[in-house]
Amino acid sequence: MPADAAKAAGLLFLVVVIQLSVMANVDILGGHPNFLLVTLVCVSLLRGAVFGAVAGFCAGLLADTGVFGTLGFTALLLTVAGYWTGRYGETTGRDRAHAPVLSIAVITVLYQISALVLRYMLGEPAPAHHIFGALGPTVLLNLILTVPVYALTRRLLRPREWVTREVRLLG
Amino acid sequence: MVGVLVLLSLVLITISFRSGSGGAVHRVEGAGATVLRPFEVAAERVARPFRDVYGYFAGLVHVKRENSRLKQQVNELRQQALQGQSAQEQNRALRDQLKFVDSPLFPADYAPVNTRIISWASEFEQQVVIAAGSDSGINQDTPIVTRDGLVGRVTEVTGSAAQVTLLTDENSAVPVRDQKTDAVGLLRHGQSEGSLLLDFVRKEANVQVGDVIVTAGTRSKQYPSLFPGGILIGVVTSVGQSDTALYKQIQIDPYVDFSALDAVTALITHKRTPKAP
Repeated sequence: MPADAAKAAGLLFLVVVIQLSVMANVDILGGHPNFLLVTLVCVSLLRGAVFGAVAGFCAGLLADTGVFGTLGFTALLLTVAGYWTGRYGETTGRDRAHAPVLSIAVITVLYQISALVLRYMLGEPAPAHHIFGALGPTVLLNLILTVPVYALTRRLLRPREWVTREVRLLG
Repeated sequence: MVGVLVLLSLVLITISFRSGSGGAVHRVEGAGATVLRPFEVAAERVARPFRDVYGYFAGLVHVKRENSRLKQQVNELRQQALQGQSAQEQNRALRDQLKFVDSPLFPADYAPVNTRIISWASEFEQQVVIAAGSDSGINQDTPIVTRDGLVGRVTEVTGSAAQVTLLTDENSAVPVRDQKTDAVGLLRHGQSEGSLLLDFVRKEANVQVGDVIVTAGTRSKQYPSLFPGGILIGVVTSVGQSDTALYKQIQIDPYVDFSALDAVTALITHKRTPKAP
């Protein structure tokens, strides 16, 4: 577990740096790929809800400090995203090949909408038309990123061996 | 565990929101930005060649049309530059004769600090982080330009990095003037991404398509400008007015390409800006 945490911390640190300095300025067909979100979802799927939530919080906090943003804003969104994906990975999505793709698509939409709502609640600029207009391309770009990122994360953090409990019926 | 993290995030948001640009949260952000800075600079350097290649091929699409337009523009500007040069020399001579005392003038009274953008905020925010801070003489509200024109101003600063709010941000407002007619107005963000609107221009003002817009400098005691006068902003692309509106509706095409910012210049002045008594 500590080795996993160290690997995930190193990976997410690198991803935060790449997200802030390279990916945040990438604009393809109006969409903005979120490398950090994709990586976090992959980590959470492989390591579960609590691991995902802690990883999301730490990575989000680092991302917030890197751009002088509202501290805790990205941390909150990524904590919830990590937790939800982790729960899905532990339960319904376990051993399902389509789990990463489905999770990324759903989480990307929810993340964008939640960010918009949160910004609106904080009284900050929340250009809904712009975000909804870019939602389709952003989901598509994130899905394209999913395949290599999930493969890389899977190599780094080996999937858990799920313990199957034998149930014997009495009588 | 997860509940604690969510609660902690909410507490941080509250503190961050209430403390503004000072206090402990600002110091934490400064420390985080300082730690990230060398890594961001390295990542940006690695990514730059790939971005340049992409930009090269993307630019090829419009290159022929752009070439003929630029050739025509060069001829016009050459003539304007000759006229401007003689006018400038005449102006300098007259100022010397009058012993004219002025506020800091752009670009003569400003020392440039050239730096690079190391990170971009999310698509929600029109803000970037530059790799120079107060150690290089940059302060809050320092104007940031490129060779194309005004980019924005510094809104947060630490020793080694600073946050720049771009002109296209919702919270940006810059007093500007039409270089030809001297009509003044307030520059704000436009409806579409990267566009700008010129607001509060009186209906009588004779602003036309093609006019060049520059910063106005301080024109009113009540609203001193953070930007020196004469910095290029962009060109007027449309002028409209309705019977009911009080002001003209003017759209500006900025000279600066805000989606392809790379290196920028912070304008530092040591000349004292005069304050109204």
